[in-house]
Amino acid sequence: MKFTLSWLKDHLETEAPLSAILDALTDLGLEVEEVDDPADRLGAFSIARVIEAVQHPDADRLRLCRVETYPDGPGTAPQEVQVVCGAPNARTGLVGVFAPVGTHIPGTGVDLKPGVIRGVESNGMLCSGRELEVSEDHDGILDLPADAPLGARYIDWAGLNDPMIYIKVTPNRPDALGVRGIARDLAARGLGRLKPRAIAPVPGAFACPVSVTIDPALKERGCPLFMGRVIRGVTNGPSPAWLQARLRAIGLRPISALVDITNFFTFDLNRPLHVFDAGLIRGSLRIHPAAGGEELAALNDKTYRLAPGMMVISDDAGVESIAGIVGGAPSGVTEGTTDVFLESAYWDPITIAATGRALKVNSDARYRFERGVDPAFTGPGLEAATAMILELCGGTASEVVSDGAVPDTDRSYAFDPARVVSLVGMDIPEDDQRATLTALGFRLEGDRAHPPTWRPDILGEADLIEEVARIASLTKLAARPMARPQPGVPRPVLTPMQRREGAARRTMAALGFNECITYSFIDADAAALFGGGSDAVRLENPISSEMTHLRPDLLPGLLRAAARNQTRGQGDLALFEVGPVFTGGEPGEETLVATGLRIGHAGPRDPHASRRPVDVFDARADAEAVLAAIGAPAARIWRGTGPAWHPGRSGALRLGPKLTLAEFGEVHPRVLAALDVKGPAVAFTLHIAAAPLPRARTTTRPALAVSDLQAVERDFAFVVASDIEAQAVLTAAQGADKTLIDSVRLFDEFTGPKAEAQMGEGRKSLAITVRLQPRDRTLTEAEIEAVAARVVDKVAKATGGTLRG
Amino acid sequence: MEGVSELRERYLAEVAAAADPAALEAVRLAALGKKGAVSLKMRELGGMDAEARKTAGPALNALKDELDAAIRARRAGLEDAALDARLAAEWLDVTLPGRPRPTGTLHPVSQVMEELTAIFADMGFAVAEGPQVESDWFNFDALNIPPEHPARQEHDTFFMARADGDDRPPHVLRTHTSPVQIRAMQAQGAPIRVIAPGRVYRMDMDQTHTPMFHQVEGLAIDRDLSMANLKWVLEEFCRAFFEVDGVELRFRASHFPFTEPSAEVDIRCSWAGGQLKIGEGDSWMEILGSGMVHPHVLRAGGIDPEKWQGFAFGMGIDRIAMLKYGIPDLRAFFESDLRWLRHYGFSALDMPGLAGGLSR
Repeated sequence: MKFTLSWLKDHLETEAPLSAILDALTDLGLEVEEVDDPADRLGAFSIARVIEAVQHPDADRLRLCRVETYPDGPGTAPQEVQVVCGAPNARTGLVGVFAPVGTHIPGTGVDLKPGVIRGVESNGMLCSGRELEVSEDHDGILDLPADAPLGARYIDWAGLNDPMIYIKVTPNRPDALGVRGIARDLAARGLGRLKPRAIAPVPGAFACPVSVTIDPALKERGCPLFMGRVIRGVTNGPSPAWLQARLRAIGLRPISALVDITNFFTFDLNRPLHVFDAGLIRGSLRIHPAAGGEELAALNDKTYRLAPGMMVISDDAGVESIAGIVGGAPSGVTEGTTDVFLESAYWDPITIAATGRALKVNSDARYRFERGVDPAFTGPGLEAATAMILELCGGTASEVVSDGAVPDTDRSYAFDPARVVSLVGMDIPEDDQRATLTALGFRLEGDRAHPPTWRPDILGEADLIEEVARIASLTKLAARPMARPQPGVPRPVLTPMQRREGAARRTMAALGFNECITYSFIDADAAALFGGGSDAVRLENPISSEMTHLRPDLLPGLLRAAARNQTRGQGDLALFEVGPVFTGGEPGEETLVATGLRIGHAGPRDPHASRRPVDVFDARADAEAVLAAIGAPAARIWRGTGPAWHPGRSGALRLGPKLTLAEFGEVHPRVLAALDVKGPAVAFTLHIAAAPLPRARTTTRPALAVSDLQAVERDFAFVVASDIEAQAVLTAAQGADKTLIDSVRLFDEFTGPKAEAQMGEGRKSLAITVRLQPRDRTLTEAEIEAVAARVVDKVAKATGGTLRG
Repeated sequence: MEGVSELRERYLAEVAAAADPAALEAVRLAALGKKGAVSLKMRELGGMDAEARKTAGPALNALKDELDAAIRARRAGLEDAALDARLAAEWLDVTLPGRPRPTGTLHPVSQVMEELTAIFADMGFAVAEGPQVESDWFNFDALNIPPEHPARQEHDTFFMARADGDDRPPHVLRTHTSPVQIRAMQAQGAPIRVIAPGRVYRMDMDQTHTPMFHQVEGLAIDRDLSMANLKWVLEEFCRAFFEVDGVELRFRASHFPFTEPSAEVDIRCSWAGGQLKIGEGDSWMEILGSGMVHPHVLRAGGIDPEKWQGFAFGMGIDRIAMLKYGIPDLRAFFESDLRWLRHYGFSALDMPGLAGGLSR
């Protein structure tokens, strides 16, 4: 919403300086976005006289002007300046507008410098209206009356020294979309007095030749009230300078007196109006829902095709206007218009919003009607506009025709001054609270407050509190400490799951991963690679084709991130993300997972030969480290996972067939190719919530059980078939003696052609260390040998392995 | 047969001349071995008379001790020399780089979320969570934004596709973290203090907007909480978060459907030299929206507005991260450029806490 200071002062009697008004507006909730003070732009332009204009010696079109200027203001010593001027109207004795050297010319964007034009010095400029951006005129320089005060600032003399204020109006405040509403807020704040305003009805000189009817379907909701009248014999020329200046100041282009008048009331009183050329209306006007399919060429130079039910105004020939949104071009007023029909209606905000949205029209009328104009002002607005049309365009007004009635918006809410104090925490005396509401137009009856007709947003007691607080000034609100929920040291607040999430994140960073946050939506193809991309997780209105489906997995986002980094020359990557993945499109069909992705080498090249490509065992170790960090119980390895993994080089860490804590492995080469990632790439995904929580939380650790007796380690190398998994050997060995065997560890795998050459085709060797911990006495050699024999026996039974000779 | 003094002279000389441990051992055997010169001499003691033995015995013993000590000293000297020689040969170029150690990072959003948690936990706020896909009731209606409300259009909502025949209103990707307020109130009732950080989604993508970003919601409901308490909580938060003692906040009346009265909150700052400084200067920067929870919203959360009252606030996590840590571009938050992650990320051990401070 834009307006000027002088416009505001039409409604507000105030001596307050501009800065105080701006501060108050922002504090009141009418946030000042921008202030344009013409003095900043045009303050340097002053009125000057051409003492003499003669022909330039070397240029036909240029004149040499001796200009009488007053650098220190009117009434001070004049100074003569030579200016070369190309304007055809530059002449001896002309009083015009002078810009000295150093001035920024807004219309051309040029900073004036002293110049030499065709051999003659020029030390300033005589300006056109367009150069000052005060008019479109560029046929010549400004030609002021001879009695214009020499040396005065042009903007002061021309009445252009009027700051423009642009405020952001929140959707609940339609009343502030009129200058008067803004003035009312300021007056309630105490920044002046709201000027009284009397609107006298204009008596009709004749019966209105155009009748109006509202379709019964729309009377309840849609168009409760439609009023209008014909004004005959108007002259629709340009509007007067003051009106043009106001509209221009707020960024509107003056069009003609009639159009400018309707625009004026839109901004002055938040009362959008429409004028039809009455000569082009056939028969009577009817407000009705569109049948669908009608087309209307609108005043904004676009043509709209109407959907069934959209609210329109038609005459006997067809649709003439999209009600409350935009008028039709065929019945619009022109310079030749002599008879007009002036419309003032109250439209239902929801209906206007729906149609405006469907047609994508953003007009000042729609903007206001959908937020809610004052229904009670429909008639007075019509009268005020009639009076202005008669004043500026002449003519005679008919009687008013109307259909419908002002909707009853009277309502009241309990007003409790004590509640205001309690909720806001500010001690506002009851008298002040009552005075505030009264100043805003509320009617107080005992402890009930009736909102004014222009405040559709007031819908309860809480709204009354807001009004009082707003006017009292939230800027002045003093902070008051809030006590802790209970005295003493604050209690921890995080849930076990939240602590897990944090632990997972920090462990991964400690393992060398860099945390990423990628979008929750990905493209359908990438989603499909990971078993997602169904319609259940499809967005109806994605912002791009890369963000159409909720992600089923974090890997596609991380792999895409890896591909982007690879194109930037980063080959070795360790990226991770902790975030939601989606199993469906219903609320709650999401789980929190942590995924780590390693690509390329485990480290940069170094002189210690420690560089090696990442492999599946990095991923397994990562997964186990993070599982340990979140307190998950020991899990078993299961071979194989989903389709996105290398089928022979992936596994899952599970507590049971259905309880997967984590998956790890090499990413399937087809997935890498599809996402343009150069491998090797290994990854793990951890289901943060899957691991069961410990049953009872205790800070006490179990007692440490250590033995003073020396532990014994024995190594065994078994020859087994190549497809025997290490886990089988380890499990078998562990089972050889449940009390004595403390741990079994695999320390070597010998496989491949060299191993087969030694041990036979399809064979490999696995070497394990078995650690025996004596419990109550030192073991004899015979006892150790007995356990060793059982280990060999168990492994042989379970895997067919034999001791390597 | 040589006398003691000759033996002493000779073997001390030989000990001193032994060039390596083997030569030294040969000297030791020759002097002190079973058949060594000193040992043989000692055997002669048996044939001496008592008087002679009295002087010769101690003299031989002293000689033995002296030679023994000389051999040990010489051996230590030889070993030292050998060690020195070996160490000299073991010279390495220690200016070579050390073995690489992995260094990972946390994303600034994660770090700031933990900072928020640390501050608000101290004021008794727990952390609440809610789903990213929300019903339109939780995202809008329950927050006093009815279907026709203009605010609904301003949210640039992402909708989930509906299958044919499914006539329910489409679910949305939550446009703010405010629906978590409703879920938390329904789950917990009053009194309640929670913050709800998380991802939110809006259909907007340009220089300063991304279709996904992060917000944190705060909610406190009790018998007598007021807007003055809200202001204090936010001042304390800003002081702690920005780690500046002199923060100054300005409350400005505004409008949000879910709070009444509503206030936008500005923080005093300076942009001198293109650098943001909180708590000084003459500029005001909007950092969050807040207000007293609307009675309709309390009711939607199952809380009686006649008995309970309180406040709510919301702010952009990415935005306050940018302000605090001088990160220029929001879009880079989600691009996962390794150079950015390393530069703006945080170490695994940078755990924000009130005792040691939020940041290093």
